[in-house]
Amino acid sequence: MAEVTEQPEPQGVQIDLISGDRMEGLTSMEKIRLILDGVHEGNIVILERGLSPDEESKLIEVTMSEINPDGFNGIEIETYPQIEAGSGSFLERLMGRTGEGKLTVIGPANRIQTLHKDEELISAFVTHR
Amino acid sequence: MGLLTGLRDSISRAADRLFAGNEPKRIGIYGPPNAGKTTLANRIARDWTGDAIGPESHIPHETRRARRKEDVEIKRNGKSVTIDIVDTPGVTTKVDYEEFLEFDMEKDDAIRRSREATEGVAEAMHWLREDVDGVIYVLDSAKDPITQVNTMLIGIIESRDLPVLIFANKIDLEDSSVQRIKSTFPQHETVPLSALEGDNMDEVYDKIAEYFG
Repeated sequence: MAEVTEQPEPQGVQIDLISGDRMEGLTSMEKIRLILDGVHEGNIVILERGLSPDEESKLIEVTMSEINPDGFNGIEIETYPQIEAGSGSFLERLMGRTGEGKLTVIGPANRIQTLHKDEELISAFVTHR
Repeated sequence: MGLLTGLRDSISRAADRLFAGNEPKRIGIYGPPNAGKTTLANRIARDWTGDAIGPESHIPHETRRARRKEDVEIKRNGKSVTIDIVDTPGVTTKVDYEEFLEFDMEKDDAIRRSREATEGVAEAMHWLREDVDGVIYVLDSAKDPITQVNTMLIGIIESRDLPVLIFANKIDLEDSSVQRIKSTFPQHETVPLSALEGDNMDEVYDKIAEYFG
């Protein structure tokens, strides 16, 4: 019988790119759970279309409730700033839709660090676990 | 958010404001940690009621519970405006207790402070979604305003159609740049001030009366 040798755990960072279509069918809490479950595992989560302002607010709230001094100390989240905030028609804003969400990067706060950010470029540094 | 839910929430918010009558509006003071929110809240409260709202500190997350000062009557140009001031904990997406150790804090105290800080941030977000009628957004004008927390919070405030004034605080500091804040949020009125030194408070009160009266 061949000797079984333990394979070393691969070194690297897992990146989950989640399409807008995948997110569209989920409720707000399902989206937040999907994001935070990935981040808790140390992954970098990239959303094609981002979250609504209301969902961002809830993401902050749920993140805060899960911070633990023994491990998880929150998230780093980056999207491009809105150049024309308040954009979108009155009806869109009435419905809580302020145009297409922007690409959003979310990761564990202790592993991702923003180096530069402006309206057109986000540069981030990701460290290994 | 579903179409009907969004419509119902918007109508409900509009109706609440319409029928609020002469009830004082609740104005939330929001912003990142260490922007000077409590210093501003205390300045306003002391100027018009004689009392302070809460302790100020250079250590982040000194304010870990939202505090409301009711019935602050501000008199401008022969008229008066009565508001409730809600001083809220600084909003962030991360809290690391080890940062507090740099301020000569014991580990247990730092952990307790970080736990209270996380609860405070969640509380501030809840107030923003449910319980404020307008927002004063305070920024440290000596720091870069293009941060994710600022972008997200201004977006959340706009999505709820809340009236908002941006206060560019700490203009007494050498690195202060009010123009940088104006360029970042050109869609909103920006008022320069130093809450600590009391600089430009006349304009601050004029704008509060104009926006929230």
